Amino acid sequence: MKSLLKRPRWSPYLVGAGLGVLSWITFFFMGKTLGVSTTFVRAAGVIEGLGAPEHVRQNAYFAKYLVGKPAFEWQAALVVMLVVGAFLAARLAGSTRREYVPSIWAERFGPSRSKRYLGAFIGGAILLFGARLAGGCTSGHGISGGLQLALSSWTFLTFMFASGIATAFAMYGGRSHSHV
Amino acid sequence: MFETSFFADPTTVMLGAATGLVFGFLLQKAWVTRVDVIVGQFLLEDFTVLKVMGTAIVVGGAGIYGMMQLGLIDGLHVKAAQLVANAVGGLIFGIGMAILGYCPGTGVAAIGDGSRDAVAGVAGMLFGAALYAEMYPWAKAHILGLADLGKETLATATGLSPWWFIAGLAILAVLGFKALETWEHRRAA
Repeated sequence: MKSLLKRPRWSPYLVGAGLGVLSWITFFFMGKTLGVSTTFVRAAGVIEGLGAPEHVRQNAYFAKYLVGKPAFEWQAALVVMLVVGAFLAARLAGSTRREYVPSIWAERFGPSRSKRYLGAFIGGAILLFGARLAGGCTSGHGISGGLQLALSSWTFLTFMFASGIATAFAMYGGRSHSHV
Repeated sequence: MFETSFFADPTTVMLGAATGLVFGFLLQKAWVTRVDVIVGQFLLEDFTVLKVMGTAIVVGGAGIYGMMQLGLIDGLHVKAAQLVANAVGGLIFGIGMAILGYCPGTGVAAIGDGSRDAVAGVAGMLFGAALYAEMYPWAKAHILGLADLGKETLATATGLSPWWFIAGLAILAVLGFKALETWEHRRAA
């Protein structure tokens, strides 16, 4: 067990099975499903609320998640602890990795940090906008909805993979790469 | 937040925290907290994401439907099938995921894995959430109601037993992943 925890990379099947079992546990003991993106709505509402509380209160979407409801609930705690869980997993394997520009991005778009950060910001904005329109992300729709056989989630997954593949090929398809 | 306390009760928060700890741990151990792996999936060069998600769906699905069958859980937590919103949202999401190289959960976990660019990604995600909140009345009026079938599953929509789908997915996963492993082995050689 100890050596497994220290191993840098696990079989994807083992991780997938672990996520499946984690879903059973949250479902059975907590009445919850794994999800992430709703927390970004609550967090954005809280941050905006610092400057313009009335605007947030009157926005129908923020109100749905924040009026009469605690802002920091089950999923917010989950999202915060994702950082700690990943940090522990990396550290147990002895990793002190620090990456500013992912190698695949650097190969294609150069080593500029600010360029990558701008790209990441724009990508993140598009990502979350899409998640909220679709009603979930790779966790809420992809894993939780997928395993419940939700029609919404399988629709989301199909279109998400199709457009991800198309976008990745448009961005990176022309690069000269070697299979590693 | 408004008209109530900021924090949920401590038990709920602690349970969420424990779940997130394990979730983040697992994501890092699969290396799906890394852009090269996620973009590699979309470029059809690295199939880690598909293997993780496929296995999670089959194992999770068998357990959830099994618990339902045994009466251990009351029902499902299915999101409404607003098919146009699910599809258009999925299309937009895929574009963002390919550019960013993380999804929301793996992007947050990536910060713990040492990816500094994920911080900019998370800031962008907050911006995207705020943007959607502003556009929500428009989306509600024009998109969310289109092809809105309610909380359907593949089973309820077709009238078939969910076990046909679980069994089908399990067989597809075993055979598909086996073929994929063989192909990856041959490609590496």
